[in-house]
Amino acid sequence: MRINLNGSPVETTSRSLSDLVAEQGLNPLSLIVEYNYEVVKQASWGEIHIKDNDTIELLNFVGGG
Amino acid sequence: MAEDVLILGNKRFSSRLFTGTGKFASKTLIAPMLAASGSQMITVALRRVDPTADQGNILAHIPETVTLLPNTSGARTADEAVRIARIARAAGCGDFIKIEVITDMQYLMPDNHETLKACRILAKEGFVVLPYVMPDITVTQQLYDAGAAAVMPLGSPIGSNRGLEMRAMIQRIIEVSKLPVVVDAGIGRPSQAAEAMEMGADAVLVNTAIATSEDPCLAGKAFSLAVMAGRMAFLASLAGTRKGATASSPLTGFLRE
Amino acid sequence: MPFTDLVKEFETFAFKDYFEAVRPGDVQKTLDRVDARTPLGRQDLLTLLSPAAKNFMEVMAQKAQQITRQYFGRTIGLYAPLYISDFCSNHCTYCGFNTSTGFKRTQLSLEEIEREASAIFAMGIRHILVLTGEAPDKTPLSYLTAAMKILKKYFPSIGLEMFPMDEDAYAALTAAGADSLTVYQEVYDRKIYGEVHPRGRKADYEYRLLTPERGARAGFRAVNIGTLFGLGDPMGEAFIAGVHAKYLEQAFPHVEVSLSLPRMTKAAGGIAPKNLLSDKGFVQCMLAWRLFMPRLGITISTRESAPFRDRLVHLGATRFSAGSRTDVGGYVVHTQDTTVQFEVTDTRSVEAVTRMIQESGYQPVFKDWEMF
Repeated sequence: MRINLNGSPVETTSRSLSDLVAEQGLNPLSLIVEYNYEVVKQASWGEIHIKDNDTIELLNFVGGG
Repeated sequence: MAEDVLILGNKRFSSRLFTGTGKFASKTLIAPMLAASGSQMITVALRRVDPTADQGNILAHIPETVTLLPNTSGARTADEAVRIARIARAAGCGDFIKIEVITDMQYLMPDNHETLKACRILAKEGFVVLPYVMPDITVTQQLYDAGAAAVMPLGSPIGSNRGLEMRAMIQRIIEVSKLPVVVDAGIGRPSQAAEAMEMGADAVLVNTAIATSEDPCLAGKAFSLAVMAGRMAFLASLAGTRKGATASSPLTGFLRE
Repeated sequence: MPFTDLVKEFETFAFKDYFEAVRPGDVQKTLDRVDARTPLGRQDLLTLLSPAAKNFMEVMAQKAQQITRQYFGRTIGLYAPLYISDFCSNHCTYCGFNTSTGFKRTQLSLEEIEREASAIFAMGIRHILVLTGEAPDKTPLSYLTAAMKILKKYFPSIGLEMFPMDEDAYAALTAAGADSLTVYQEVYDRKIYGEVHPRGRKADYEYRLLTPERGARAGFRAVNIGTLFGLGDPMGEAFIAGVHAKYLEQAFPHVEVSLSLPRMTKAAGGIAPKNLLSDKGFVQCMLAWRLFMPRLGITISTRESAPFRDRLVHLGATRFSAGSRTDVGGYVVHTQDTTVQFEVTDTRSVEAVTRMIQESGYQPVFKDWEMF
C-alpha cells in the first residue's frame, strides 16, 4: 500500500495509524497525527484504517520563535 | 499607577515581554528562563517529525500558566499557515496563533499579503491572531479590519540582533494602529527592547537574544527589566533632552496682549 | 474609542483650573520633547495653550516655523471660496445667513456657477472651496453633483463647505469630483452648542461632530475642521479641536487633516466678549497645534487682516484664501445687493497676495495636485 507520508510517497504494511507510528519507531507521547487533513486524537489512532493514497502527516512541537 | 495589563483575546498579560522556544542549547533552560523573566507567553513551532532527532516534548517544559503561542513558521502561503494553525489548535495548543508566512529565505522577511489572507480566515474561526509583518500602516489597518488581535511588525531581520532598524515605520504604526503593537524580531539587546517600549510599543517578542546568550535566565531577566523600564518611561511621558533657547522675538514681537 | 466618547471625557474637565496650574517648567518640558522629536501628547497640547506658555511664544514660533518648513517646505497653498447659495434653514444665533435674517436669498444656476468659475480661474486660482447654507431642499444632491461636474472642468481640486451630509451623499460628491471637506463644529462645548443652535437640523450636535469621519470614509482626501472662536472658551475649544484633528489623522491615515481658525471679531448675537480671541491667542493656538501635529494643514481665510496674514506666513500657516468674495455670485454674476456671510478684511487681489508670499521668501502654490 502506498501512502503520502510527510510529503513523500512511502510503501507501508501498517493497517492503522497506531501501527504506522510503531512502524516508524516514533514516541507517541508528543506526536500529532494529521490524517487526510484532519488531526486525529491519539485515542482514535487504532480505529483509523489506512487506505491506498492516504495523506498522513506526523508532526510534533519543537522550539521556534 | 493603575494596574497596567495588556489584553489579548480573553487573556490578561502583566508581563509585556513575550519569549520564544527556538535556539536554546537545551530545552531544560526554558522553564527557568520563563521563571526568571516573568514572561507569560512563549512561541512554539510545529514540524514534521524527525525520527533521528530527540523527540522530547517541548510543551512539557512550559508551565501551564504560560500562554502558548504556536507559530506557523515553515508556511509559504496563507493556506499552509491556516493548516498549521488548525493543527496546532486541534493538538490542544489553545486559540493563540502567530501567523508567520515567509517566502524570502535570505532575510526571512514576511509576506504581508499572504499573512493578511491567513488572518482573515483564522480570525473568523475564532483564533486570537498575532500576525508577524513588515511594518506597514495600510496592512495594519487591514489586519484590524480582518479581526487580528495585535500587529507584530519586525524591528529588523529575524535573529539579526540589529534592533529597531524599522524605527520610523514602527513609530508611525504605533501612532495609527488600533491594535496593540508587538515588536517582533531583531531585538538583540535589552536597551533595544526598552527603546521599543519607550516609543509606545505594547509588548516585544524576544527569542534569539535570550536563547543564544551564555545565561538565558539572566538575559531573560535583563530583558524583562528593560521592558518594564521602557514601559514606565512611556507612561510617564519623559521630557526630551534640552537644547538652547532663543531670546529675541523676530517672529512674535508684533503681538500685543 | 469613538470621538464622541473622547469629547464626553472632556465635558467635565476643569480647563480653567488646569490651565492656571501650568508652570513655566511644564512648558519647558514640552518644548524639550519637541526638540527630542518625541510626539506630543494631549497634556502637552494643554500646556502649550496655557497662560504660562504665553511667555514662550517666541521659542514656540521658532520651532513651529522650523517644523512647518521641514514638512511643507516654504510654501503657501492658495484657494478661493465660491458661494453658490445662501438659502439657509438654520438658526445659528451668530451667523449672517441665519434663517430669520430678512435678506433676499440667492442661488446660482448651473450656468451662473460656470461664469463664476471662469472668473475665478482667470484670477489664477486652481483650488476652489464651494459653499452653501443649509437648505437641502434648495440645493439637492443632483444640483450639487451637477455643479461639481462643471467646476471640475476648471479646477483640479474642489473643496466643499456645506451642511453635514450622510456618507452616501459624500460618496456621490467625491465621485463627481470633490476631494476635500471643510466642516466646523462651530463650538465643541455641548451646552453652548445647544444655546446657539436652538432648532433645526443643526441642533444635532453629534451628527455634526461625526461629519468629518463620514467624509473621510466616503473618500475625501482632505478634511478641514475647526471651531468658531468667540462662542466657547477659546483655549478649551482649541484643545478639543486639536484632539479632534489628531484623532482624524490617526483614524484615517489616507486623509490630510487641516485646522482653520475662524474667529468673531466683535461681540454680537449674545456672544460673551470674554470669549473673543486676541491676535496673540490666535497665534498661540496655531503654534500649539503645529507643535502637537507636525503634518497638520493650517488654513487662514481673508477674515484676517492683510498685515496679520503677512506675519502668519512665517508662523506655520499652510493655506491662504485670496481674492475672496463671500457673497453669492460675488465675482461676476451679482456685483451688488447681496449679503456677505462675513466681511473680508484682507481685500487684496490674488496677485497682491501672491506677491506678498513671494516677498516673504515663500512659494505660492496654486495647483497642489490633481485627481486622475
